[in-house]
Amino acid sequence: MNRLFNLTKIRFNIKRHRFYSSPSDLKLLTVCEHNEGQILPTSLHALGAMKHLNPSGGLAVLFGPNAKQAAEQASRLEGVTGVLSITSPTISDYLAPELLSPIISSLVRSRSISHVIAASTAFGKNLIPRLGALLDVAPISEVQKIESPDTFVRSIYAGNAISTVQSQDPIKLMTIRTTSFPITKEVGSSVPIEEIQHDPSQDEKDLASKVSFVSKEEQKSERPQLSSAGKVVSGGRGLKSEENFKIVYDLADALGAAVGASRAAVDAGYAPNQMQVGQTGQIVAPELYVAVAISGAIQHLAGMKDSKLIVAINKDAEAPIFQVADYGLVDDLFKSIPELTKLVKERKNK
Amino acid sequence: MSLRILVPVKRVIDYAVKIRIKSDRSGVETANVKMSMNPFDEIAVEEAVRLKEKGLVAEIIAVSMGNQQCQETLRSAMALGADRSIHVETDKELQPLAVAKILQSLAKTENTNLLVLGKQAIDDDCNQTGQIVAGLLGWPQGTFASKIELSDDKKSLTVKREVDVGLETLRLMLPSVITCDLRLNEPRFAKLSEIMKARKKPIVKKTPEELGVDVEPRIKILKVEEPPTRPPGVKVDSVHALFDKLVEHGFV
Repeated sequence: MNRLFNLTKIRFNIKRHRFYSSPSDLKLLTVCEHNEGQILPTSLHALGAMKHLNPSGGLAVLFGPNAKQAAEQASRLEGVTGVLSITSPTISDYLAPELLSPIISSLVRSRSISHVIAASTAFGKNLIPRLGALLDVAPISEVQKIESPDTFVRSIYAGNAISTVQSQDPIKLMTIRTTSFPITKEVGSSVPIEEIQHDPSQDEKDLASKVSFVSKEEQKSERPQLSSAGKVVSGGRGLKSEENFKIVYDLADALGAAVGASRAAVDAGYAPNQMQVGQTGQIVAPELYVAVAISGAIQHLAGMKDSKLIVAINKDAEAPIFQVADYGLVDDLFKSIPELTKLVKERKNK
Repeated sequence: MSLRILVPVKRVIDYAVKIRIKSDRSGVETANVKMSMNPFDEIAVEEAVRLKEKGLVAEIIAVSMGNQQCQETLRSAMALGADRSIHVETDKELQPLAVAKILQSLAKTENTNLLVLGKQAIDDDCNQTGQIVAGLLGWPQGTFASKIELSDDKKSLTVKREVDVGLETLRLMLPSVITCDLRLNEPRFAKLSEIMKARKKPIVKKTPEELGVDVEPRIKILKVEEPPTRPPGVKVDSVHALFDKLVEHGFV
């Protein structure tokens, strides 16, 4: 009698976890970042992931007092079935995860959302896990592949192992690796934009009073963004100074590439932090990655080894970077990189 | 208000070790492999100790969760300057949500007003625990911190964070949660005298059950595999040869 009872309990538990039997149970939501009237490219990749998960698409959610233009852009994107543009007296242009997460949490409950997606950016990484706390759900970080609505592939150990995981929660929360999903494009039509004016609770107001944005140090650049560039030229500690990093910038500009850096170069002050490519910095997968004077530590490789073509220039023939490079040149960068830049410019001027 | 800091420290495979995947694809081999404190957690302990050296901290409590070997990591934390430790003993696989719930429980009983964590563990690379516990406690969170300063009235922290476009500065009222990024500080090496002293510092054992936390994993690991390998490349012998390759591939 006891054994029968136990079997019934197990069967009940399995049924509870296998939540989705049909695509109509899928209700997706992507939290989008925007700036100066445009959805950020990283969020376009997140919307691409949403469409991949469910070809019928889902909602795009934007926050803040200046989201109008970006919301209009979102309404024209493939895979977006509806746009929610949410404002609140406590939310300014700085989108604090403390203030966004309760709003998204209540949306998830009121609209029976099954999946919440955000790009694995500083914003997404900051927000999604906090949302997990409010919904009592284990989030999944930096998804690279979606095998089914509950099964995902992600890297562990700095990309030295690939893990396939299955979420057993009824709601899935995830950030996605932007380089793993295509961007979503504009289609001819547009969907309705729902404007929501959130009325914060006393608790939300109290929390809002505890978080204040002070300042931002942003290096605006004419160069392509590292996170979405088709070509990247990165410099390592071998550059020896911030002034010498100009050699990297010159080659990047000649090629029309974004500029990256190794951790060592950033730590040494040769390049700013947002240029760091690696396990805990930016993950990039461009068509072309040129590694200049970068030794190729595991943690750096984690950030770029999915690049289509890898080129390395290093004085040290034994540098680990040569193990992943498609083309390697053992040479002094101070001589060879300016020469390469000259050749590229000459050809472009023809 | 004096700071009462709680710092979780995780025992992970040392960052320099070349990992091996188990032949049954169930996970990564950890038996007979060099283990160390997660590098980001070392940075977290170091930051707590620096605040203590400024006279701002009443107590630093280190906490680690898992089997008996966690005690090694706790001794290291105490050698770096933590005052005492808590070992939450369990043989179960602990995922960030469970870890965060345990930290929530401990933060309450220990009257913590500052939780300092590493931003991510270099084994699972999740980067979640700090954010989850901040959500559970309802505290402000300052993630990817590259600089922390306590205000003169000791009621708030100014946190400089590394974000995708550069650096962002926030002011967070205490109690709050901070996760530490690479450039926050450079951890010290423990002096032999501190290592000896650490042997006498107390480690209190608890279990998840005692703390009322269900640590059952929510995410099932179906398989762990090698990443795709790249075909071997070639060395070119001149800048011109390299340039020709770039042209051949259509990049110029």
